Amino acid sequence: MRFLWILMLLPGLAFAQGFAGLGNAPQDGFATPERGVSLSFPADHGSHPDYRIEWWYLTANMTGPDGTQYGAQWTLFRSALDVGERPDWDSPQIWMAHAALTSADQHFVAEKFARGGIGQAGVVAQPFEAWIDDWQMSGPTLNNVTVQASGQGFSYALDLRADAPFTLQGDAGYSVKSAAGQASYYYSQPFYDLSGVIEVEGVQVPVTGQAWLDREWSSQPLAETQTGWDWFSLQLDGGERVMAFRLRDEAGQPFHSGTWIAADGTVQPLANDALLLTPLAIGQSVGPELPVEWRVQVPSRGLDVTTTALNVDSWMGTLFPYWEGPIRIEGSHSGVGYLEMTGYD
Amino acid sequence: MLTITDLHKSFETADAPMPVLRGVDMEIATGECVALTGESGSGKSTLLHLVAALDTFDRGSITLDGQEFSGMGDTARANLRRTRIGVIFQQFNLIPSLSVGDNLSFHARLSDRYDAAWQAELTERLGLSELVHRWPEQLSGGQQQRVAVGRAIAARPALVLADEPTGNLDEATGSAVMDLLLDLVAETQATLLMVTHSGALAARLNRRIHLRHGRVAEVAAA
Amino acid sequence: MTGLILRTLLSHWRSRPFQIVTLLLGLIVATALWSGVQAINAEARASYAQAAATLGTDRFDSLRPRGAQRFDQRAYVALRRAGWLVSPIVEGDLRLDGARFRVLGIDPVTAPADLPARPDLQGDALTGFLGQAGLILTGAQTAGRLPADADLPPVRVMDGIAPRTLVMDIGTAQRLLGMSGQLSRLIVLPEAQDGIPPLAVAGIEWNRIAPRGADGGIAALTDSFHLNLTAFGFLAFAVGLFIVYSSIGLAFEQRKPMLRTLRALGVPLRLLMLVMVVELTALALLAGIAGVALGYLIAASLLPDVAATLQGLYGAQVSGTLSLRPAWWLTGLAIAMGGAGLAAADTLWRTARMPLLSAALPEAWHGAQRRAQRVQGIAALGCFALAAVLSQTASSLTAGFVLMGALLIGAALSLPVMLSVILGLGARRARGPLAQWGWADARQQMSRLSLALMALLLALSANIGVGTMVMSFRDTFTGWLDQRLVAEVYVTASDAAQGQEIQRWAQGRVDAVLPIWSTETRLGDMPASIYGVAQHATYSDHWPLIEELPDAWQSLASGQAAMINEQMAGRRDLSPGDRITVPLPDGGEWPMIVAAIYSDYGNPTDQVMVDVDLLSERFPDIERLRFALRTDQTAEIIAEARDRFALPSDQITDQAAIKALSLAIFERTFTVTGALNVLTLAVAALALLTAMLTLQLMRLPWLAPLWAMGLTRAALARAELLKVMALALLTAILAIPVGLGVAWVLTNVINVTAFGWRLPMNVYPADWLRLIGLSLLTAAIAAGLPVLRLARTAPRTLLGVFASER
Repeated sequence: MRFLWILMLLPGLAFAQGFAGLGNAPQDGFATPERGVSLSFPADHGSHPDYRIEWWYLTANMTGPDGTQYGAQWTLFRSALDVGERPDWDSPQIWMAHAALTSADQHFVAEKFARGGIGQAGVVAQPFEAWIDDWQMSGPTLNNVTVQASGQGFSYALDLRADAPFTLQGDAGYSVKSAAGQASYYYSQPFYDLSGVIEVEGVQVPVTGQAWLDREWSSQPLAETQTGWDWFSLQLDGGERVMAFRLRDEAGQPFHSGTWIAADGTVQPLANDALLLTPLAIGQSVGPELPVEWRVQVPSRGLDVTTTALNVDSWMGTLFPYWEGPIRIEGSHSGVGYLEMTGYD
Repeated sequence: MLTITDLHKSFETADAPMPVLRGVDMEIATGECVALTGESGSGKSTLLHLVAALDTFDRGSITLDGQEFSGMGDTARANLRRTRIGVIFQQFNLIPSLSVGDNLSFHARLSDRYDAAWQAELTERLGLSELVHRWPEQLSGGQQQRVAVGRAIAARPALVLADEPTGNLDEATGSAVMDLLLDLVAETQATLLMVTHSGALAARLNRRIHLRHGRVAEVAAA
Repeated sequence: MTGLILRTLLSHWRSRPFQIVTLLLGLIVATALWSGVQAINAEARASYAQAAATLGTDRFDSLRPRGAQRFDQRAYVALRRAGWLVSPIVEGDLRLDGARFRVLGIDPVTAPADLPARPDLQGDALTGFLGQAGLILTGAQTAGRLPADADLPPVRVMDGIAPRTLVMDIGTAQRLLGMSGQLSRLIVLPEAQDGIPPLAVAGIEWNRIAPRGADGGIAALTDSFHLNLTAFGFLAFAVGLFIVYSSIGLAFEQRKPMLRTLRALGVPLRLLMLVMVVELTALALLAGIAGVALGYLIAASLLPDVAATLQGLYGAQVSGTLSLRPAWWLTGLAIAMGGAGLAAADTLWRTARMPLLSAALPEAWHGAQRRAQRVQGIAALGCFALAAVLSQTASSLTAGFVLMGALLIGAALSLPVMLSVILGLGARRARGPLAQWGWADARQQMSRLSLALMALLLALSANIGVGTMVMSFRDTFTGWLDQRLVAEVYVTASDAAQGQEIQRWAQGRVDAVLPIWSTETRLGDMPASIYGVAQHATYSDHWPLIEELPDAWQSLASGQAAMINEQMAGRRDLSPGDRITVPLPDGGEWPMIVAAIYSDYGNPTDQVMVDVDLLSERFPDIERLRFALRTDQTAEIIAEARDRFALPSDQITDQAAIKALSLAIFERTFTVTGALNVLTLAVAALALLTAMLTLQLMRLPWLAPLWAMGLTRAALARAELLKVMALALLTAILAIPVGLGVAWVLTNVINVTAFGWRLPMNVYPADWLRLIGLSLLTAAIAAGLPVLRLARTAPRTLLGVFASER
């Protein structure tokens, strides 16, 4: 459940019609997520070309030897102009990828595009490999992968290891996105331990930290009145993980949803009223004005924290721009996390 | 020699014909030198042009040695000008592309009356011998007018017409040119009709005819 | 006061409408021809730029495999996965109903964002573009040319696509061109690294080709053509200015008394000048607008021919329709203003220096003429000296045009001196006062007419020069076609399989089957074609060789030698015996010795000719489609082949048809030149006419005494006509040697540098007679009206001369 939803939020956006082919949504033949279908691994780590959109979305909070904090993002999107896969240039699949590396005063961004069918980009479930050009995330299993990307001024190569099972979001992987019932398949791996090397303007820095992977696919557009999206992943010092988002709606109250993940991986969905996300301070980033400080409350778990951006300028000036960056957590709990904000422009 | 009877001439203007000559009568005998005077607009230049067969008139008659002007065509009038008449203008009107010598002999050769000996004598008497190879533009006004006089006289015309011949010259130069002109006219037994507004000049001629409002107002012996 | 003065000055035109018509006409014609030519050039250049931008060759480096025209697209994926930022391109020609279209297949997802035809990733165009049915993007004009019944994907009209180019998705292009899984080249994206991908990455040796600039490199080829047009445009403009100069001069002469009166009444000179400048500016603006509009029409009517020429000569695609460019309008107006200013400078200068009272002395023309001629003579000698030096040393196109300019300007400047000498001689030998006056007067008049006569001289010599060049070229070209097209029948198979069938069939039916196979490659950084020909007497007996080593033909068979065309020899400074190296598709090299150089008119590109068997061995992918057949049963063979192989008529032709086609292309090439030639001559006639009209007025004081001395007006008019005709005749005769000089420069300097071939120059005296006749006619027409008006001048007007003030 991440960034590409925003494309579906705005029916007027040409991308939504062109890139994602939503102009003929009702009779387009794409499969739609259904409640009660159980996800099967490793097959579902691979791509689902019968669904309109899909992503492999990794964010990482990292620390250098001197304690300097960094954030990294590696995302591969798939968007289908038509159902299914066809060979060669006939393939209706289009791939897009974003990579970012963030420190307190720098934020590097790169993006890539590729056509399906010719081998320039794709995902294989087992052994796991997701790639576009020379960027890749690969390993024997999805719980044991190496992630590489590079762009103007930066590169990274990160080893990820997780022992925990994958976290099924929503109702056993069926994640509802609006009061009207739009939904996606959504699972995560929030427990990666990370070690690797990043390179910033030619200087290599060894890093360690934690990473969070989101996997999501769907075909259903969001409600027309939903204008934007604020998404949090929190990695608390006690080992708990929290996923929380709100979908802003110009017609009424925002739609909230989240998941409390205990340190042992036990999952408890957070319903619309179990969760409170409040913008505290509006900041001017290199992009539009948006909230850079938030209050996140989960009263049932005694969570009441303030999040601040590591770098206010974590603006993704890509073809479809948004804000995505590492955050620090203080208050009833402390820790690190990632914040994504869309629809503020 | 020259008889003018009831001569009328008017010019077309935007509104109505403007009469310039309104019945001029005069008679000039062979060898006579006559001054034509009058105020501006009295018609003296127009009368001279008509006598020079340069223009046609509306009514009346001009006869030169019995030859009637009215009814003459372009060619006949051109013939008349070429063979019988010599004209001297105030502005000299030499032909700038021809040398002084060629200018002097031009009219005579044009009318087939070129006489080398007479030409040489004429050039000598006009004091132009040194200047024959020059161009008109290199001559002074007095010199140019002497060339014009020579050009008119060289063909030994019966009638010499002069329109303010000294108007553009200073008094001394004008007087010298006048002397030459009168001498040569007398010598070739030509008749001279000269438009002038100078009383002194008019006094040197045989007779003076004064025009006013397109008619002869006064005829007086000089 | 200003308004009053302006009204007073303008009142002059009301009484002389004809004069303002000539003034405006001159300015309009000058502006029109100049801006018309500029419009053509601008349109052509815009087309080149558009083509280059559409193809992405203007800004981006390209990667091509060495020695091959296409490669497996897996190499592209390998490069991408190795981190090379490249975008794939499929290119090819598509023939539909005999018309050729350029197919450009792009991958919009990786193509540079500013490639003009790339559908916006955020636009809904993308879905259709990538869809299974595909989508063709093309300009409105090209869309109209597509055959309605062709089995093509849907067409969408889009601005900014080069003429005759169809842009589509790379998959669609592969399908249409039968290039499944194959790519033509890769665009290197701006952010990509430098250098060439190593062989190990994709198993291919790459050539990295630098961007060819905004005009796609075609400008280097077409520069000469545009320079030619510009030269003609400038000539016409200069000639047009003569008209303006005459008209303004005429108006000045006529308005002199009015100006004097105004000055006498106390109008300050500065204000008077200012008002005259304002008046002139207004007139120039008016004429400029009309001129640019007329120029647009001229350009629009010439452009199809220009487009055909550029296509025929250089393969450059130029839009056949003209678009309006604001910059072009503005320059057109500026040119009109500047031209008017230039033409009026003399008049304004004379106004400024005009004495308040008129001078009693006749104009000092003799001295003035002699002084002017001395200056002109010295300047002419300088020009001729420069031309003489350049004729020996000129090796660039610019130097060639400087040489041409020096020759023409020198000739124009020396014209008055030459005419003066001739007329002086005539006057000395003349009998009778009238004849003598005629010669002398022509000499004087010549001073005033000299500008118009110079214009006539320039127009005539350009005419003779260009005519001689074109006719020499035509003669050479037809002779060369006879040598080059020896085989009776030329056949092109539809595919390789049919090619083999045809070859098998023909071997039993005709005297000889001669394959003509070719491939395109790059030698150094310039493209070149490599042609394979068979060992046969057809070639060795007839092929037009310029220079050769002994046994040139035999040495081809050994693979050690090649022949190259004259263009290539010139551009790369190669002579027989020099070495060239052809890169091979397998990464190897084919070194050869230049055995001979052959003439190859009308071909813009470098060409290498080798043995056909060796060529097909070393380039295994070469298309084996074309054959020349030797037979004495031409008609039967063509009919049989058509039946048997269902060949359309453009795939099997006889020699005569190809010759006719070549000559037709040749003729079209020079249509524009011919049209501009005629226009220039027409403008020269107009210049002569206006000069005559001006002169007539100024000459009245010189003619009136003659009339007073007994010449009829008709006789004077006849003399005037004779004089102008004589001047025109003399000018025309003098134009012949100048024209031959121009022709020499064109054939021996400009053609060599511009096209790479040298032409033998022939002379065509019959054409000179035609031009002399034409110039006499020009003069008669130009002098006709003024002379008629002289014959009808009222005596009173003539008498006005004798009045005390004129």
